[in-house]
Amino acid sequence: MGENGWRVRVDGSLCIGAGICASTAPSHFALDDGLSQPLAERIQPDEAVRDAADSCPMEAITVFDVVTGVQVAPEP
Amino acid sequence: MATPPSYPFSPPERLDLDPRYARLRREEPLVRVRLPYGEPVWLATRHADVRTVLGDARFSRAVAAGRDEPRNTERRQDNGILGMDPPEHTRLRRLVAKAFTARRVEQLRGQTRATAHELVDGLLAAGPPADLVAHVATPLPIRVICDLLGVPVTDQDKFHTWSEAIVSTTSLSGEQVQRYLDNLFGYMTGLIEQRRREPADDLLTAMVQARDADADRLTEDEVIQLAAGLLAAGHETTVTQIPNFVYVLLTAEQGWARLCADPGLVPSAVEELMRYVPLGATAGFARYALEDVELGGVLVRAGEPVLVSIASANRDETVFTEPDTLDLARAVNPHLGFGHGAHHCVGAQLARMELQVVLETLLERTPGLRLAVPESELTWKSGLLVRGLTALPVSW
Ligand code: HEM
Ligand code: SF4
Repeated sequence: MGENGWRVRVDGSLCIGAGICASTAPSHFALDDGLSQPLAERIQPDEAVRDAADSCPMEAITVFDVVTGVQVAPEP
Repeated sequence: MATPPSYPFSPPERLDLDPRYARLRREEPLVRVRLPYGEPVWLATRHADVRTVLGDARFSRAVAAGRDEPRNTERRQDNGILGMDPPEHTRLRRLVAKAFTARRVEQLRGQTRATAHELVDGLLAAGPPADLVAHVATPLPIRVICDLLGVPVTDQDKFHTWSEAIVSTTSLSGEQVQRYLDNLFGYMTGLIEQRRREPADDLLTAMVQARDADADRLTEDEVIQLAAGLLAAGHETTVTQIPNFVYVLLTAEQGWARLCADPGLVPSAVEELMRYVPLGATAGFARYALEDVELGGVLVRAGEPVLVSIASANRDETVFTEPDTLDLARAVNPHLGFGHGAHHCVGAQLARMELQVVLETLLERTPGLRLAVPESELTWKSGLLVRGLTALPVSW
């Protein structure tokens, strides 16, 4: 992967393990010991990840554009 | 092969849990059962397996539409969002998820508190004794979801009646269910049309605007059905859980008195009560395996349906210490009372907040709360997907 793409984070102090992300974007999130973890921190843009971040009830998932540093999701 | 046993194993009795679940978790965690209608189905009773069925993309809700889905009513129902898989499901869910995040729900807490106090004023004026179901438990969730969606609370008698259609098993005839659903959808169609003409600051308007901005991705029917679903699901369950919670607190050891002594326990008490109360009277919304899956020591074949018992998962002794004991201070509590995975209850944060506010308000205003009749005289609803009281007469 080059210098572009997205950076995905899950804030473990916010996550309640509801598993919506892992069901919505199974190739990007998995639950580990009840809490969500991104499978990779740097990814190529993928709408499923944006959807997962927008669907998380705790807004625990944040997605940033690596180049611009702008938050891609969740929507404010 | 012998006919599988019918499910539920026994008619719901108050909030008691059939002892068979404990044995099944130990000895036969995946068991064949039959609901009143539809094909035979697996039932998962362990926490880990229930989570897999609800959360793993190898299990599908959408497949059910083309099958003789196990069900509690003769008629098939279109389950809307609860009948879809990602990414279809996500498309709809995203439309409303933002309105139900913990952050957005927090903004509604103050207003909900004011409503709770006003309703408790009414309870106090009517008794003692007075009915908690009529005075507090029913009107509170209705007002909250009405405010959020933008539905006139003055129409509550109509839509509260119609909403029973989504939780009825035998309480309504098939024809009544259809008529109530038609009424509910018709009502919602009118409201949505009205918001299109006169936008307001509410979720219905936001849904209409999202649909009109992106008509290729959302159909009008989908939006109507989702809005009607939110209105109905947004109060039926919470209306039922409030009296269930208060009933358990007033009858269990270490219940109301403990909470009075330490009101700071309310948030963990709500989680514990979500775990402890077996809300479901039966099961529904079976998931279909998309491929062969090893589950609970059994190979579930591709195309076979699986139901889950959330109540059983919530008493799994491998996850919860002393699972049959109510512990209002339980620290580790990964209960599945709001489900898990893609369909995890979209209203979970809202329901949590409402339940917390009701308990806090009652603790403050009526610390001496107690049942006004002997426990044996309480009457329970029947013929519904959920267990609940028809009335809860209390004194203070
Ligand atoms: C204490 C109250 C509540 C309980 C116990 C509860 C429980 C549940 C459960 C267990 C599910 C998952 C069903 C499954 O996967 O088979 C669910 C889904 C759902 N709930 Fe709730 N719920 C409550 C309150 C609410 C509220 C307040 C709303 C609306 C604002 C709501 C709206 C929904 C919707 C729309 C779904 C379907 C979600 C989807 O398919 O993505 N619920 N609920
Ligand atoms: S959707 Fe949010 S709260 Fe749920 S598991 Fe994923 S990150 Fe955690």
